[in-house]
Amino acid sequence: MAQPTPDHGPSALAPADRRDLLPAIEPERQLDDWGFSERVDRVFDRTLYEFYYRVWFRCEVEGIEHVPSAGGALLVSNHAGALPPDAAMITKAVREEHPHPRPVRPLVENFFKGYPGFSMLLPKIGCVPAHPANAHRLLHDEGQLALVFPEGRKGSEKLYKDRYRLRRFGRGGFVETAMRARVPIVPVAVVGAEEAQPIFAHVGVFQKLTRLIYFPITPTFPHLGPLALFAFLPAKFRIRFLPPVRTDAMGDEPWDDSGLVQEVAHEIRARIQEELFDMLAQRESVWLG
Amino acid sequence: MRSRRILITGLSTYWGGRLAQTLEADDEVDAIIGIDRRPPKVELERTEFVQVADHHTLIRRIVQGAEIDTVVDTRLVIDSITTTPRKAHENNVIGTMNILAACGGVDTTVRKVVFRSSAAWYGSEQDDPAFFTEDMTRRHPARTPIERDIVEAESSVRDFAARHPETTVTVLRFAHGLGPDVRTGFSELLALPVVPMILGFDPRLQFVHEDDIAGALAHAVAHDLPGIYNVAADGVLALSEVIGLLRKPAAPILPPWGTGLVLPVIRRLGVRIPPEMRNELRFGRGLDNRRLKASGYRLRYTTRETIERLREHQRLAPLLRDAAGPYRYEREVEDFLRWSPSVRRDPDAEWRPTREQIAQLRRTLDALEQDPQRIEPGEPS
Repeated sequence: MAQPTPDHGPSALAPADRRDLLPAIEPERQLDDWGFSERVDRVFDRTLYEFYYRVWFRCEVEGIEHVPSAGGALLVSNHAGALPPDAAMITKAVREEHPHPRPVRPLVENFFKGYPGFSMLLPKIGCVPAHPANAHRLLHDEGQLALVFPEGRKGSEKLYKDRYRLRRFGRGGFVETAMRARVPIVPVAVVGAEEAQPIFAHVGVFQKLTRLIYFPITPTFPHLGPLALFAFLPAKFRIRFLPPVRTDAMGDEPWDDSGLVQEVAHEIRARIQEELFDMLAQRESVWLG
Repeated sequence: MRSRRILITGLSTYWGGRLAQTLEADDEVDAIIGIDRRPPKVELERTEFVQVADHHTLIRRIVQGAEIDTVVDTRLVIDSITTTPRKAHENNVIGTMNILAACGGVDTTVRKVVFRSSAAWYGSEQDDPAFFTEDMTRRHPARTPIERDIVEAESSVRDFAARHPETTVTVLRFAHGLGPDVRTGFSELLALPVVPMILGFDPRLQFVHEDDIAGALAHAVAHDLPGIYNVAADGVLALSEVIGLLRKPAAPILPPWGTGLVLPVIRRLGVRIPPEMRNELRFGRGLDNRRLKASGYRLRYTTRETIERLREHQRLAPLLRDAAGPYRYEREVEDFLRWSPSVRRDPDAEWRPTREQIAQLRRTLDALEQDPQRIEPGEPS
């Protein structure tokens, strides 16, 4: 009898040949196994995302050719804004600008799975709880694009005065996940999200009361209430996809070398930070770009 | 190893009864013996029933007396709607210990143990992966008595497997079974005219059709599958999708906070949600069934098809309610039918030896081949 490993991560018992044993897609269904609803996603895409992408943030995209047309890849981006619009804009950018438009699955904090409302909505628009096993299945078994924000909530809760200064990149877990799945990492730098919904302060008491991950003071929240979730300032967005970092040529089992994992994580963070400063130096206006 | 002499514990449970019916059709199987506290609820042709509580000395006598080579333990209670937590604990933890004690020992004939467990072993938590694989561990301690029982029973099975490396030990972790005959917390919930949900949550759920439950158990008997296997249909459905397939209205009436306080209230209204379902209605659970599929088992139904079958059954249920009376086990009649020489089993055919007689003959011939001088007394000539 196989002894279960203490590791909760991707299964060592699901080798590559199990890929063809994935459940077949049933066309009669409205959701997929992750809970993604094409219908709900299309509604969001045609209304809110379309408006924000074209009119409000006037997104400009560079380097879309760095996103592979087939197979899995892990997009890694900086993160900002109380309710970060960057995930939706990167997803929309791949859908609009890429020669082979593909869905991007943002990996989101577990918190959302436990919060009423978010728990229902987020899977339907393609978000997947960030768990190493989930990421492995998406990237390796299903060959999809996943989007991760290694800063996590440390990125989205940071105050306006700290804008464009990247937080710690977790513990490098995203590098390990990409290595195990043998997919490339595509770093992404986003400028504009920091000004779209700047956070001026946090109120701890209300955070405890509402059980949200944080309770920020932004230009619109809390005085506009839940409506403020979609009230962003019209900052100009620039999204730059950087050349992919390959993880399949780093040795047999590079994820066991925690030094290498940290080094790659650090390198990716430095590249995004450098690119951000470069983009900011060229920017003439926050609102006009 | 080919299983020929099989002991099924929990014959009166749905799982045990269906497995016995499936195995009866297999000519390679010489003997099927079922034990339980209560008489079986399904009609059986050649399975022998012994009414016995799970006391290990009695079970051991049966195992040795019948030279059992395969024990299928289907007796685990995985749902607290059918019994009290106390009785469930007695059955799940103490019962498992006794069954395993009866299977072990130096001179044991048992070569294979198949243990029916439940996916409730994994629990249901906020930080769970979307698809559990068999080698994952649970991060949180068990929350409900039933879950604790399942975890404890499985750990004693794991200990047994470690101590008996020559015995093939299979653990099957089943998703919730659905079908006309199986009764679980979810089958009761989905039978309601309006299905309650927790406001703001739409959990991902996975089921397995009752035919696949019996099929997977029989598959584990027919093949050597050491280790743990998830048994769940293909496809994970959101609860709203399940309710939609059943063409029923969903009622998100359970509050997201203080759900535990409301459950006793709605219980008074006749809606019973056992404690182990509380977290599942929030976070759900998905299983990775690829290991079972890699072992060669082909699931007959997807989760969606399982729900569709359930819907057909729910439509027919009011019409069929009184059509067929429930089966009642009558020991005298069953014994007569099995053993009386007056019973003509197959009137058209001429006399044929029974499987039992062939097996005995084969053994006698083997013994003669090894030692032609010795002819054991009492063997049939």
